[in-house]
Amino acid sequence: MSQIIKVGMADLNVTKGEGVLTTLGLGSCVGVTLYDPITKVAGLAHIMLPSSKAIRNNTNPAKFADTAIVLLLEEVLKVGAIKGRLVSKLAGGAQMFAFANKNDIMKIGERNTIAAKKILKELKIPIIAEDTGGNFGRTIELYANSGMIIVKTIGRGTKQI
Amino acid sequence: MGISIEEMNNMQLDVLKEVGNIGAGNATTALAVMLNRKIDMNVPKVEILEFNEVVELLGGADVPICGVYFHVDGDLTGNIMFMLTMDSSKLLANMLLFKENKTKALDEIEQSALKEIGNILSSAYISSLTTLTGLNMKISVPSLSMDMAGAILSVPIIQYGQVGDKVLVIETEFNEGDNDIKGFFFLIPDVDSFDVLLKSLGVLE
Repeated sequence: MSQIIKVGMADLNVTKGEGVLTTLGLGSCVGVTLYDPITKVAGLAHIMLPSSKAIRNNTNPAKFADTAIVLLLEEVLKVGAIKGRLVSKLAGGAQMFAFANKNDIMKIGERNTIAAKKILKELKIPIIAEDTGGNFGRTIELYANSGMIIVKTIGRGTKQI
Repeated sequence: MGISIEEMNNMQLDVLKEVGNIGAGNATTALAVMLNRKIDMNVPKVEILEFNEVVELLGGADVPICGVYFHVDGDLTGNIMFMLTMDSSKLLANMLLFKENKTKALDEIEQSALKEIGNILSSAYISSLTTLTGLNMKISVPSLSMDMAGAILSVPIIQYGQVGDKVLVIETEFNEGDNDIKGFFFLIPDVDSFDVLLKSLGVLE
């Protein structure tokens, strides 16, 4: 019996053992996961923006790459993960609409992915897989018993990372 | 820095809602003229919603929908997104092309027709906004995407997310005969442009 926990936009959650974390319809947002393969602790954050520093209203730490990943790390450690064993995977960060004049907001997906990678590097957590970029949405499911992520799309099939 | 939806007072919100009403009304009239049919419109619902509530409005984050997206340039900068359920987009495309296509997917001509409808609706919307505010605005060519609701909505939501945790959504429902079409407008001014908009309407010092 696996328990499926939904992670909404600008939200994060953790589970362990037989639990499954899912986030539906990732577009320009990026899904960052942390996983400890020994204790089978898994965490997932649905991140909207690269940095909390440039934003005045930053009361929700789960919204920003810099604060969300740090918070997610604290949460997985609380339920038994060991930092040295943690690995990360990334999915999302797409550009949903194509325009000739590319301003910053259109490239937000790419910027989210870059920001998440930078924070993970600072925290010395290796990224072992990613499915980012493109111009399509993704639904992801993270299985705590294996660390596997299933990435579902519309019209582009399903894959495992 | 720009004002966020959360910080607005009731009068400012009412004015924004009224702008939404007028814009949606003109957009529906433009659609009726274009299709040369009588189109009835319900009073648009203008709502301030949390991120996750917006997604639920369209039936869930993984439900496929169709979004047409525009840049707005001029005195006020930002974006406009017009969003339809897949069923509604199919109905609209069929109406415009005078055909009965029962297949689920939209072909290239139907997509192009939807972009054009998006264009007409958004232009009508912007032109009523220009008349009301005296601000000069123009919209870009449309860009269309058919994908999961959450993924498409992430675009306007992220832009609202830069200043707050809520989004302004204008929901319009129109019908032609037995066909109900539900569309959603998102007016997404850039960070500083809400101030410009509210000032031009005389509800911000």
